[in-house]
Amino acid sequence: MIELNVNGRPQAVDADPATPLLYVLRDHLALNGAKFGCGLGQCGACTVMIDGKAAFSCVTPISALPGRKITTVEGLGTADNPGPLQQAFIDEQAAQCGYCIAGMIMRAQALLEANPSPTDDDIRRHMMPNLCRCGTHMRIVRAVQRAARTMKNVKNGAGVNVTTK
Amino acid sequence: MTVTMKTLIRLARVAALCVGGALIAALTGAAPAPSNDAKFDATQAAKGAELAAIGNCGSCHTAEDSKPYAGGRPLSAPFGTIYSTNITPDPDAGIGKWSEAEFVRAMHDGVDREGHDLYPAFPYDHFTKVTDDDVKAIYAFVMTRDPARAQRPRNDLTFPANFRASLRAWKTLYFRAGRFEPDPTKSTQWNRGAYLAEGLGHCGACHTPRNVLGAEKLSDAYGGGDAERWLAPAMNEDSPAPLPWTADEIFNYLRYGFDARHGIAAGPMVDVVQNLAKAREEDVRAIAVYIADRMRRPVRQAKSNDEANAFAQLQESAAVPGMGRDAIPARSGGVASDSGAAVFEGACATCHYSGSGLQSTKPVPLALTTSVNAPDPRNLIHVVQSGLWPASGEKGAMMPGFAAELTDDQLVAVVSYVRERFSRQPPWHDVSQNVRAIRGTERR
Amino acid sequence: MNSTPSPGLLLSRREFLTTAGALVVGFSLGTVSDLFAQRPQEGAKLPGSLASTPMLDAWIRIGADGTITVCTGKGELGQGIKTALIQIASEELGVQPAAIKLVTADTRTTPDEGYTAGSNSMKDSGTAIQNAAAQVREILIGRAADKLTVSADKLVARDGFVVTDDGRRAAFGELVGDNLTHVRAQPQSKLKDPRTYALVGKPLARVDIPAKVSGGAAYVQDLRLPGMLHARVIRPPSYGARLRDVKVADAETLPGVIKIVRDGNFLAVVAEHEFQAVVAMRALATNASWEMRNRLPDPSDIYGTLRRLPADAIVDLDLNGQAAAPARRLEASYRRPYQMHGAIGPACAIALMKDGTLTVWTHSQGVYPLRKSIAELLHLPEDRIQCVHAEGAGCYGHNGADDAAADAALIARALPDRPVRVQWMREQEHAWEPYGPAMIADVKAALDADGNVVEWTYDVWSNAHSTRPGGAGNLLPAWHLETPFTQPVPKPIPLPEGGGDRNAIPLYKFPNARVVHHFIPSMPVRVSALRALGAYANIFAIESFIDELAAAASVDPVEFRLRHLDDPRARDVIVMAASRFGWANYPAGKGRGRGFAFARYKNLGAYLALAVDIEIDRESGRVKVLRAVAAVDSGQPVNPDGIRNQIEGGIVQSASWTLYEAVSFDTNAITSTDWGSYPIARFADVPGNVDVHVIERPGAPFLGTGEAAQGPTAAALANAIANATGARLRELPLSRTRVKATIGA
Repeated sequence: MIELNVNGRPQAVDADPATPLLYVLRDHLALNGAKFGCGLGQCGACTVMIDGKAAFSCVTPISALPGRKITTVEGLGTADNPGPLQQAFIDEQAAQCGYCIAGMIMRAQALLEANPSPTDDDIRRHMMPNLCRCGTHMRIVRAVQRAARTMKNVKNGAGVNVTTK
Repeated sequence: MTVTMKTLIRLARVAALCVGGALIAALTGAAPAPSNDAKFDATQAAKGAELAAIGNCGSCHTAEDSKPYAGGRPLSAPFGTIYSTNITPDPDAGIGKWSEAEFVRAMHDGVDREGHDLYPAFPYDHFTKVTDDDVKAIYAFVMTRDPARAQRPRNDLTFPANFRASLRAWKTLYFRAGRFEPDPTKSTQWNRGAYLAEGLGHCGACHTPRNVLGAEKLSDAYGGGDAERWLAPAMNEDSPAPLPWTADEIFNYLRYGFDARHGIAAGPMVDVVQNLAKAREEDVRAIAVYIADRMRRPVRQAKSNDEANAFAQLQESAAVPGMGRDAIPARSGGVASDSGAAVFEGACATCHYSGSGLQSTKPVPLALTTSVNAPDPRNLIHVVQSGLWPASGEKGAMMPGFAAELTDDQLVAVVSYVRERFSRQPPWHDVSQNVRAIRGTERR
Repeated sequence: MNSTPSPGLLLSRREFLTTAGALVVGFSLGTVSDLFAQRPQEGAKLPGSLASTPMLDAWIRIGADGTITVCTGKGELGQGIKTALIQIASEELGVQPAAIKLVTADTRTTPDEGYTAGSNSMKDSGTAIQNAAAQVREILIGRAADKLTVSADKLVARDGFVVTDDGRRAAFGELVGDNLTHVRAQPQSKLKDPRTYALVGKPLARVDIPAKVSGGAAYVQDLRLPGMLHARVIRPPSYGARLRDVKVADAETLPGVIKIVRDGNFLAVVAEHEFQAVVAMRALATNASWEMRNRLPDPSDIYGTLRRLPADAIVDLDLNGQAAAPARRLEASYRRPYQMHGAIGPACAIALMKDGTLTVWTHSQGVYPLRKSIAELLHLPEDRIQCVHAEGAGCYGHNGADDAAADAALIARALPDRPVRVQWMREQEHAWEPYGPAMIADVKAALDADGNVVEWTYDVWSNAHSTRPGGAGNLLPAWHLETPFTQPVPKPIPLPEGGGDRNAIPLYKFPNARVVHHFIPSMPVRVSALRALGAYANIFAIESFIDELAAAASVDPVEFRLRHLDDPRARDVIVMAASRFGWANYPAGKGRGRGFAFARYKNLGAYLALAVDIEIDRESGRVKVLRAVAAVDSGQPVNPDGIRNQIEGGIVQSASWTLYEAVSFDTNAITSTDWGSYPIARFADVPGNVDVHVIERPGAPFLGTGEAAQGPTAAALANAIANATGARLRELPLSRTRVKATIGA
């Protein structure tokens, strides 16, 4: 049994310690956000946050995770109550097929937590590990900028409803 | 490292010359030359481009966000940080006012237009070997680049390096100007390779160890050195590569960044390889022939060829997760642990396993790579932490870095494990301090 | 950024409508008005897919409780079609979008609309649903008129009720019954006046996005059925390889392994948990030995190979007319390599064989044709197979989806009563998906003394652009069975749609023009439909050559195009794109270039004009797209933001194809097997800015938009590079090495 902390909740998982986190999230915990895109750490569809840093869940064995905080897109909010970044993606309609989007959101979340006022260049550079084939990049950048403004307003007490975990 | 008495006496003598030297330098410094408006011959500039590619000029003289050749790249030197100069033809910020003769003198003698000595971070101890014609072609090349206004930041050096006169002393001790002299007992190709490697290529600047004053120890040429926190492995008979490098393999590595029996160009060599792609193919071959000769080993190691291969295959087949996990037990005396094995199987074996199927992007067996067999773990740590990312739109090996996925302890465990599992060399005992030193120094 | 069109078309409709009572008169007399242009001409077949599925309740079903279910035979590919169809249906029924439950392609329940492909969904399904919804609404109003004893013209449908002007109402659910809507559609419908649209033409938020940003189940990859098992296929190392021998003992004993399935060269493993299947796959791959058989062509001479393979010459156009004497001749050849779909999510399918019926959940573009081919594969009658569309990652044409469905079917047959989920690995999708075919175009033209084109010859060489199943012979696993199916000899897709010759006929007015499609049946590399099909290469060639002609005639490229076009909608998009880009005031600078291109997709679909502004890095030859400005006319827009999204995305994707992409292979196997060996654009590579201006044509037929940007982007980039460097590149991709070679040191 391996003890994981996923979105603030403890999860005991009965899987081989070498199992990459991605498969445990999807197969054992029925969390859909992180996606299989390549399994090689090249495309970012599997991106989650580990201890606040964006990470490829497809190449992170669960043996490396006890005692560390795992955050998936499910931890940022729900469809009815989306977090600021999720809301920004909805507002910008930043998706075509949407398959890469959960990974994009997690990569961006890690950026905004470290740098609340990124420039467009900062965003593009930070998002490099994540691929989008449909060509939604510009909307994604706009969504991240929009979320940055919202999150700053929250900090400044602008009364925006935000879900954080 | 200790400074010998002999060196101290030489320094003292030289120090006495310093003031005098500075005076002489000032007196002989060139008066400002008129700005050079001459048109440059396109063929000569094209030749200069190929030579500058071998010199890797653009790599040092371009900072991450700067225009090409506009300088500003920080280079860590023994005594602090130096920023590379702007060598675009901008008349004020760059070298637009420099005459051809002044440029040649800089390359050959390590002095600027005013006659001041240049820091040997600019490897004129190598460029002094380059022929006049070749330097002039490079001049034509740099003078036809796009001018850029960028001013570089001030150098950040500690005593005594921040005192220009110390340079005169250093040069007196360690710098011998002079063109390359071919070896008549060797082939034309070997000599061409030697000329390029010793001169423009300045390979020894990284691959030769340096003394405490930062000069190359020529008695141990190609005995291994450092480049930006990476190990530049030995390229003499002490090369750590388990299989000896042939000239063809070195060519593959230099030209394409990859050889199937050795590994991938990473770290500072990435720029070198990108530039060598623009050089003449026959020149890259010549360099490969020369370096292969320098790496030639005594006969006793030749038989390790097949052994090393067989060993590598055995190691690899045992790396399929869940299969034969314990087929090869960790050697005693090592620091590898079960946790390192578990990390390897979950994080690394995905790509670094030996199964058949789609082979074309399969990595080189770890047991054959230089980084796994090197005297220290730095290069392996760099690659594990930061991965391998080809330039935008370019093909190349792509490997994720594990800086976010693994903690320091886990990185230490997996790096130690890889060493002991895949190398016949003794275990590393400095993995931990190197992991911590390297973390956070990468640019993604 | 929605723009009003030039007067022409709109004015005539406005004039028409100001005639009092025209609407009703038009409808009751059955005259055809071009305002409601979704309707067919008099006496013609039913509109859109109603022609093949005429019963209204096949499309729109209203339950006794008032729930409205709309069925479409099309699938969501990421192009936003679910949202667009909901907009159309809710507009005509007068309900809020949330009241509509949309069911997409499902052989159990929805109409058969063939493939979701060719940018035909709005034309086929959108039109059918629009008309069906309008007719259902009128039937409900008719019934309410009886029930409430009011004349129909005093009733409106609103929010699920039919209401009178004195406040009485009858719920849809009350009115429906006795199979009220189980009737054949009529050829004409009383469609809503586009000027009163509340939903169509508005950028309604995509209905699928909230789930996609919060981990909701949205994709076939997210389906979890009770008792589901996980499977992986061990594919051969190359085309035609034969499985000599495989030792299964090691894999069989791995944790969680349930079964190993082998049938000839088809080898798969099934396990309880997904990663267990992956581990077992690797173990089997290690212990399998293959005999390599087929050889791939020499990659350094693929275009030579294509020219030499036997081809059928199909004359697509042979126009001979009067023209001034030719004063100058030009010719050029253009090339396009194999390129891949490269969807971020490799193919996936789930199959369950239960009680003699096989159900397959798949992201195939055509669930009905797939059903037929799986029936043939398994030797089962079609009615024992059901295929249900579930969204996959972005679908840009015929990818691995059908093959994965066939894999799942074969494995499920060996494990009845357990749902089996097959997930392709990245390397498998890269190596085995059918690619967009390599193509060659030879163009020749003559200009008269005034710089007008008087002669035009266009020859294009191409493989088939569709090898869709069809039949089992086009399913990959079928080729690997002990008793294999043979891939059928492909046929060219006929014009006006075309395959290799899609958009080979230019829209320009040339007095003499000859277009020949050299169709090459033999396919040394697996190929099929990739977004835009032949239009990508043909528009690249034609629009590049048009610029070359313009330069020879010393005429501005935009002006040159306008001189040869009289279609006002074509002219409108060109003028708009050029003006919004600032074409007339473009500041030339060192390393900077501008490029223009225009096409009407298939000469039937959306019109698109595009201008790009690029900067070339002198040292590396890298092309940076600073800005792209497009103007698009899709007829009546259903969701303008959806149009913009598709065009932006098409430009970014096509820029990646154009600047970076070519499938690589050696004589043994495909060597593009991961993102390192087949790089695509990343965030730093995409344009700085893309502006899409949508020209709205209220009431005009819906025009397919999803593929309109691919070809023009390629040509605009080639034209911009020529503008910046003075050198013309004619072989795709326009890689940095090729660009650098034109710049020199």
